Amino acid sequence: MLLKGGDAVVEVLKREGVDTIFGYPGGVALPLYDALYESGIRHILTRHEQGAAHAADGYARASGKVGVCLSTSGPGATNLITGIATANMDSVPMVVITCQVTTQLLGKDSFQEADVYGITTPISKHNFMVKDPKFLPDILSKAFYIARSGRPGPVVVDIPKDLFFANIEIDDIPHLPFKGYNPIKEGKSADIDIVIKALAEAKRPLLFIGGGVVISDMSQTLAGLLKKTNLPVIASLLGLSAVDHQYDNYLGMVGMHGTYAANMAISNCDLLLAMGVRFDDRVTGDIDKFAPNTKIAHFDIDPSEIGKIIGVDYSVLGDLSWSLPQVTDKAIVMDISEWLQQLTNWKTEHPLKYNKKDATLLPQEVIEGVSDILADDAIVVTDVGQHQMWAAQYCRTRTPRGFLSSGGLGTMGYGLPAAIGAQIACPDQEVWLFVGDGGIMMNCQELATASEHNLPIKIFVINNHGLGMVRQWQRMFFQGHYSASKHYAGTDFAAIAWAMGVQSLTVKKKCGLKHALEDAKNSQGPILIDVWVEDDENVLPMVAPGAPLTDMME
Amino acid sequence: MKNTISVLVENHPGVLYRVAGLIARRGYNIASIAASSTEEENITRISIVVDVTDERELEQIQDQLAKLVEVIRVVNMTQIDHISREMALVKVNAGEEHRADITNLVSIFRAKIIDVHPDTMVIEATGDVGKVNAFCEMMSKFGIVEIIRTGEIFISRSHKRLIDN
Ligand SMILES: Cc1ncc(C[n+]2csc(CCOP(=O)(O)OP(=O)(O)O)c2C)c(N)n1
Repeated sequence: MLLKGGDAVVEVLKREGVDTIFGYPGGVALPLYDALYESGIRHILTRHEQGAAHAADGYARASGKVGVCLSTSGPGATNLITGIATANMDSVPMVVITCQVTTQLLGKDSFQEADVYGITTPISKHNFMVKDPKFLPDILSKAFYIARSGRPGPVVVDIPKDLFFANIEIDDIPHLPFKGYNPIKEGKSADIDIVIKALAEAKRPLLFIGGGVVISDMSQTLAGLLKKTNLPVIASLLGLSAVDHQYDNYLGMVGMHGTYAANMAISNCDLLLAMGVRFDDRVTGDIDKFAPNTKIAHFDIDPSEIGKIIGVDYSVLGDLSWSLPQVTDKAIVMDISEWLQQLTNWKTEHPLKYNKKDATLLPQEVIEGVSDILADDAIVVTDVGQHQMWAAQYCRTRTPRGFLSSGGLGTMGYGLPAAIGAQIACPDQEVWLFVGDGGIMMNCQELATASEHNLPIKIFVINNHGLGMVRQWQRMFFQGHYSASKHYAGTDFAAIAWAMGVQSLTVKKKCGLKHALEDAKNSQGPILIDVWVEDDENVLPMVAPGAPLTDMME
Repeated sequence: MKNTISVLVENHPGVLYRVAGLIARRGYNIASIAASSTEEENITRISIVVDVTDERELEQIQDQLAKLVEVIRVVNMTQIDHISREMALVKVNAGEEHRADITNLVSIFRAKIIDVHPDTMVIEATGDVGKVNAFCEMMSKFGIVEIIRTGEIFISRSHKRLIDN
């Protein structure tokens, strides 16, 4: 079939199963937008390209499908950058289509030209600049294949405008060779057997679950392994939604704001089965003192993760959907009751706690309030800052892919657009968003998008009148010098929401919370609740940056 | 410790930028890097000499390179029997009084004089990196005007091709 370039793009998108894309048009993107017109693909017009990128990310994380976003050249494309880098750090499958100036104008500092290929090379899984129209269909479908296979990630396809007018054959097409790209699914079963043997000999084993378990949709299998073995388990921020939080031997999140029990467990175990994690410094603390007397078994799909941060004793390469079922089958039931008792003691002696106040609401109370009324399949989205850590600590998500947060890049402004993407991917599930009064302003224009599509997102602005996490560090490490971390303007978030067609209310007193939670739960459209909380509450426990995990401020 | 790595990559536009960018971004210490076409039209071969502190760092570099979608194969040449060569073009001060000495050294090192000027000469020296270093060192006492080196390239002694391994 011979098609005009723009139609060829649309056709390939359809063949890849794309039903929704997030984007923003502009001069050189117009031919493609014309092809999208009445194409049957749903296009969500965000109010900023950054919103489109994060929305595609939220869509992908919530559904497991490839998220797609689209922009014009130059400023449109550069506005996507933060979203691409965010997805890259957290291994989110995305295809990012950027339109580019025409081939003849390339490299001449033409109007709205930016070197998208150059800019996105270090922050994407892969990227393409299409120069020859005959390769366009192959490159675009390869982009989907690369984005979703192996360790997923964002793939950028930069398409000069003239290609949209070229006549392109899309069935009998030439292929660009990628002889070196053969993502492993299955590793060596013998590697698993070695780990199983070590596990049988371990006295204090511990499972450490990361985002890889979510990505490979292995939560059910994990639950089976836990049921069979009673192994104790901890999670990273991105692994939270893979573990059943009701499980007896679940110890919570590990790391800088991890629970006492989780941090003590990882520091005292003798065998750590680390699955789909990458030993981020927010998890390990002082790497030289991390898990000192522990043998580490690292399960991952990406060979470059093995030994990147820490030397490991065993490694199992391969997709967790291949390795975890085998571990579950082969693991034997062992007597680790003494170890479990020790962990339970830590858990009961050092629970997560905060001291409620009479008059002022504490942020943790708001989050617990939401946690109590979440539907079983609700999706919780966070922005970045203190509220993110409290959500990780106090909000019990109950469904895999039910906790979306920018982990690796820690991108403020991620939450609202990601919640939009998640709600579009999962229209029948509740989507709840926690966001700070700092972060909401970084993409608050997307309230208009939520309103336009009547997406029933429940937005909680945890308002501590400033940049809470920054202030916490300033209190702890900079003598309380609140340099550039207080908001003096007294922004009325409810009014902003109202102006964009989003229902809203402000809760300034403790007594207003219950009512607000009910309103949120019952709302049929988007609702924003600005909750005023204690300004100076700290996220605890905390391990100072660079300190060992056992040095916890409680 | 110095290690030599051969990388075979798809000859797609921008692939060198990608490899060089990865090395710069991750802060690896590169002693030399040389890229060229090969017997296969679509494949470029990059020879890299890296300076690493330990085995784990070396493995990281190889794994990170291999992770690039356009990288076909990464081989640590240090572990296999191979031959290495580098070429240097050395422009050296060569006034009347030193010409005989220089010519003598050139023949000892089996180098070649390829251009002569009343005050200078350009010499081509080829060999393994140790020999080229030694030659440049010998020339330095006459006063070196400029030096350009290709960087080391290496090939295995085995009858097989790297790509088929
Ligand atoms: C885009 C971006 N800029 C700056 C930061 C650094 N940063 C991390 S947390 C934080 C404060 C966030 O404040 P707020 O959104 O009000 O949330 P809170 O910590 O109060 O819950 C800042 C500035 C960041 N993570 N992302």
